[in-house]
Amino acid sequence: MTDSKYFTTTKKGEIFELKSELNSEKKEKKREAVKKVIASMTVGKDVSALFPDVVNCMQTDNLELKKLVYLYLMNYAKSQPDMAIMAVNTFVKDCEDPNPLIRALAVRTMGCIRVDKITEYLCEPLRKCLKDEDPYVRKTAAVCVAKLHDINASLVEDQGFLDQLKELLSDSNPMVVANAVAALSEINEASSSGVPLVEMNTQTINKLLTALNECTEWGQVFILDSISNYSPKDEREAQSICERITPRLAHANAAVVLSAVKVLMKLMEMMAPDADFVVNLSKKLAPPLVTLLSSEPEVQYVALRNINLIVQKRPDILKNEMKVFFVKYNDPIYVKLEKLDIMIRLANQSNIAQVLSELKEYATEVDVDFVRKAVRAIGRCAIKVEPSAERCVSTLLDLIQTKVNYVVQEAIVVIKDIFRKYPNRYESIISTLCENLDTLDEPEARGSMIWIIGEYAERIDNADELLESFLEGFQDESTQVQLQLLTAIVKLFLKRPADTQELVQQVLTLATQDSDNPDLRDRGFIYWRLLSTDPAAAREVVLADKPLISEETDLLEPSLLDELVCHIASLASVYHKPPSAFVEGRGLGSSRRALPTRSGSQDILESSPSHGERSGVIPTQESLIGDLLTMDLGGPPVASSVPAAPFASSGLDLLSGGLDGLLSDSPSVPPQQAAATAAPSVGLLGDIFGLAPSASASYIAPKQMWLPAARGKGLEITGTFSRRNGQIQMEMTMTNRAMQPMIQFAVQLNKNSFGLVPAAPLHVVSPLAPNQSYEAVLLLNPTGPVQRMEPLTNLQVAIKNNIDVFYFAVVMPMNVFFAEDGQMDKRVFLSTWKDIPAANEVQYTINNVNLSADAVSSKMQQNNLNASVERRKEKNKNLSPKMVCVNLPGADPMRLRTLRIYRRYAGVDGSILRSKIRCHCNLSPWKNRT
Amino acid sequence: MIGGLFIYNHKGEVLISRVYRDDIGRNAVDAFRVNVIHARQQVRSPVTNIARTSFFHVKRANIWVAAVTKQNVNASMVFEFLLKVTDCMQSYFGKVSEENIKNNFVLIYELLDEILDFGYPQNTDTGVLKTFITQQGIRTQTKEEQAQITSQVTGQIGWRREGIKYRRNELFLDVLEYVNLLMSPQGQVLSAHVAGKVVMKSYLSGMPECKFGINDKIIMEAKGKPTADESAARTGKTAIVIDDCQFHQCVKLSKFETEHSISFIPPDGEFELMRYRTTKDISLPFRVIPLVREVGRTKMEVKVVVKSNFKPSLLAQKIEIRIPTPLNTSGVQLLCMKGKAKYKASENAIVWKIKRMGGMKESQLSAEIELLQTDTKKKWTRPPISMNFEVPFAPSGFKVRYLKVFEPKLNYSDHDVIKWVRYIGRSGLYETRC
Repeated sequence: MTDSKYFTTTKKGEIFELKSELNSEKKEKKREAVKKVIASMTVGKDVSALFPDVVNCMQTDNLELKKLVYLYLMNYAKSQPDMAIMAVNTFVKDCEDPNPLIRALAVRTMGCIRVDKITEYLCEPLRKCLKDEDPYVRKTAAVCVAKLHDINASLVEDQGFLDQLKELLSDSNPMVVANAVAALSEINEASSSGVPLVEMNTQTINKLLTALNECTEWGQVFILDSISNYSPKDEREAQSICERITPRLAHANAAVVLSAVKVLMKLMEMMAPDADFVVNLSKKLAPPLVTLLSSEPEVQYVALRNINLIVQKRPDILKNEMKVFFVKYNDPIYVKLEKLDIMIRLANQSNIAQVLSELKEYATEVDVDFVRKAVRAIGRCAIKVEPSAERCVSTLLDLIQTKVNYVVQEAIVVIKDIFRKYPNRYESIISTLCENLDTLDEPEARGSMIWIIGEYAERIDNADELLESFLEGFQDESTQVQLQLLTAIVKLFLKRPADTQELVQQVLTLATQDSDNPDLRDRGFIYWRLLSTDPAAAREVVLADKPLISEETDLLEPSLLDELVCHIASLASVYHKPPSAFVEGRGLGSSRRALPTRSGSQDILESSPSHGERSGVIPTQESLIGDLLTMDLGGPPVASSVPAAPFASSGLDLLSGGLDGLLSDSPSVPPQQAAATAAPSVGLLGDIFGLAPSASASYIAPKQMWLPAARGKGLEITGTFSRRNGQIQMEMTMTNRAMQPMIQFAVQLNKNSFGLVPAAPLHVVSPLAPNQSYEAVLLLNPTGPVQRMEPLTNLQVAIKNNIDVFYFAVVMPMNVFFAEDGQMDKRVFLSTWKDIPAANEVQYTINNVNLSADAVSSKMQQNNLNASVERRKEKNKNLSPKMVCVNLPGADPMRLRTLRIYRRYAGVDGSILRSKIRCHCNLSPWKNRT
Repeated sequence: MIGGLFIYNHKGEVLISRVYRDDIGRNAVDAFRVNVIHARQQVRSPVTNIARTSFFHVKRANIWVAAVTKQNVNASMVFEFLLKVTDCMQSYFGKVSEENIKNNFVLIYELLDEILDFGYPQNTDTGVLKTFITQQGIRTQTKEEQAQITSQVTGQIGWRREGIKYRRNELFLDVLEYVNLLMSPQGQVLSAHVAGKVVMKSYLSGMPECKFGINDKIIMEAKGKPTADESAARTGKTAIVIDDCQFHQCVKLSKFETEHSISFIPPDGEFELMRYRTTKDISLPFRVIPLVREVGRTKMEVKVVVKSNFKPSLLAQKIEIRIPTPLNTSGVQLLCMKGKAKYKASENAIVWKIKRMGGMKESQLSAEIELLQTDTKKKWTRPPISMNFEVPFAPSGFKVRYLKVFEPKLNYSDHDVIKWVRYIGRSGLYETRC
């Protein structure tokens, strides 16, 4: 019997025919008809019209037929929810069937039917099946809980299925445990609150590790993946988990091996890098990784992408395994390209000879991409391993002699990099390069060649002729080439002014007058002006020493690498992108993973408890903003998270947020949450009151992530502001997350609303070694030039080190500006209060303030909020009888004579504090300056 | 997890489509066809991301098997699973071809329903699956039989059923090794390794516990056996260094890790007990020495010498040497001392076949290749000369030391089991650059 005939029926009137066949009395005919329906469904035909007829076939004791009908149901139930209800009875009945295979089938299929009405009926059978005596039914029911959660999460929580699922973790059958753990992991990940619904603890992990030895290969993958999300409480626990997982490295299934590698890589982070345990474990990791390279090409590809990460994170593991990454003639192209990448990463002085001869071999292959990459790799070897540079260059020259167009172009691009790395060493080859000028047609190659000519213009006799030849088609070149040509000709002119004046005139005219490209035009004008005003300065600018290019290219950002290591074996590790970059939707906040840290290196974490668990993660824009940022109403970064409310003056919005940090309910509230609350005013004063330990000093906000390592090329800065001894201080923790030491730190502040400038240069221990942290304190004086910022407390900071200059903006907490001498007479206060229009008033209510009015007053005093308590009878008896008047003289009177903030507390009543603020702000000084 | 699984023919027509998750729509089927199967370019990656949906595919013969997901799944698991799916289909109905898939689509749907639940792979062992997915409708099973099936699908020993009986307890061990070599034209070994596997056919009654002993250096030292040097002095045979080994899921891995012993309850019938890899002290059975001379623009001379390098008493079989020729070859004159050589224009290669060759022998082939004059600048890239062969020994030096069988419940002992061992060395990628 051949079933393929069902695929070929395409005649008209088919549906009608099928309908009658489905209703036929003969069982055989019925079955045939259902098969035809499924075949049509497979090729994409719409057979939903047959729904009632197919469902009618459901009541059968033929298992094969039943499965086909179920398949149909799963596909079409959603489009015919009312009809689907007809099937419920059969499902419920099947869930009671004596045959466990049928019970499981029913509960499995029911979970796949996403119709609300059916879901209601699913709960009872599912509850029974979770306790079924047969493990096959239990393991199916476990997955069904995840299905149900996907349809209706709250139902799962309300019906207590989570607890039942947790109980299954202790099931005697390993496959039930594995499926339960898979379902739990999925539910955790999907949890909308970002908080896992089920926490792992030592006990559950132990149960899982026991089940690991006995379950199927897939079950082992589920268990290992879920263990990888668990952070052991100390190093000893981590070691014991490692010991129990290591045997999995010998499993025949690559997924088991890679998942085990993931757990081990993650836990190794918790141990000292030179501990014997880690060294031994590293040795054990290499052989299984190499073995993965003899599996099917697709698995090899995944393995290679992961090895690429592992080699970056722990170069030692595979340092002696260069040979296994040699490309085989018959490897698929994607395997070849990946192997090449890893070869370069592993290249070092001892193996460079071998690597080079291989690369040379590859450069003569057929696939263009591969050849190009091989040529580029030769250049990278030259830059990475200095003693080999000579050989690399000669190899590249050999390749240029082949005259294969794309090889030549690629070679010229990398030779440019070699010239940058080793200036004045290989100029002798320039003449060879020049021979190939006319074959270059790609912008990058042309640009590189022009750069070389410009850089060595004084040694190339006919440099002017060569550049002139490029100039002829100036308009048709790509921007990249145009820019290069402009710079090169200016270089040439500065080196040989006598005979190239005409040429430089020509290019400047072309760039400034005939081009629409602003980059090109601006560069042209700058050169022109430089040359015409001060040729000596032009020399200094254009012919300046260039910074060295780094040895390692294409490295992933350390923080991204750390995150990806937590995702070994998964798609993220294949794409080399964090999951948020390609996965949509639910609960992403919780799925961010970070490597655990060693207990010794926790100093950073302690100072910033709120981001301890995501230290390895690039923070979102919001976390930069800190808990004070609710004020940043118009600012783009938080625009979405803050309700736009009308404010009478800028002084007001300054306040509404400025005090929020100091007042928000608890210091550990994540900034996003504080910012997201609909009324930013609710959290007023909370921090002051909540912050018992620092009662004697003024409030200091917890450190915020100012510059994540990913943006700072490895430099990570967390910081806060404080006011000590009447001076504003910027306190920063600088951490080097890069691989090389950092030196030459300097800081600069942009002009700002309060005229803050550093009182002393920034002092940072130098060099800042990799993974070292330093606490830097910078005193700020309000003596600099003033420029109004939006919001007022915004401060733009530039930090420089030997790597680059980094810019970031921070928002300063309002309280650091409050001067100590702001005391004011009560009457003056009251009259000023009245002067300010009522429109400038904002009211706040804070709950859960368990302090008396006096205590509030003294708290505020510590923060230079001069409060005076006034008792007065209220007309409105609903309000509390106590009245606190606070006056907040404006920030640093020296600079901002006209900003005045006034605040009046309407009362402290049990646990509720209501407050009114009026604010007055004279903007004249800023107007004058801008 | 896996959101859907599709099978296409070479034209991109859907043969099987099964969706497991709500986030995968019907349009995913078309997206893969348009962007991958019908793409003009050669496939650059087995993983493709189209509009935030990831597609994994394996292509076997003319059939594309693709898994789809929108989540951050375990990629190695998805590929291993797809490979298992093809294995599984193969063991049910033979070759995975369009015709066979269409003929068995009901079966395939039934299998897919069983082995993948909500995108989570379940038991994929074909031996077990065949006990209850039979395509014969519902069989009247007794309650015991049903319980046995389910406990086997989910059980700790999911790969063997109880109550197996044989009149003659017998087992066969095949040590199969693939020698991989990449040699430079000058005869320098660029890389060489042996990928070996031990395939076992067991026809044993009951639930036998087996213990397997090999001459792995670490295992022997752990066992307190005389160290390699001593035993080498005595028996003339050394222990070998196994770089890495992997076992069938029946082997107790934790026991291997702690006690270095390989113990297991074998599945019934044929299975792959272990895989291993060695790189040290490989005895390369053959050496190929190429000599290529380009005489002017239209002529090339090729001389290839092949030397066998093993005990003279042994015989290698099925020797085939493939010498690539340039694309513009117009004619070839061949002369060989042994075997038959032929120029195959369609394959752009000279194929030299030798049926049998003893150890420590040497043979030679010389060829004159005439070339057409071409004006393309592109140089011929000279692919490597590859070789195939089969030898009756294990090139890595791998030896089975013992295989002991214990069945406490039935009354047969280790001595009653008839055991057979065979060693085969084959060529993997055995290439010499020229």
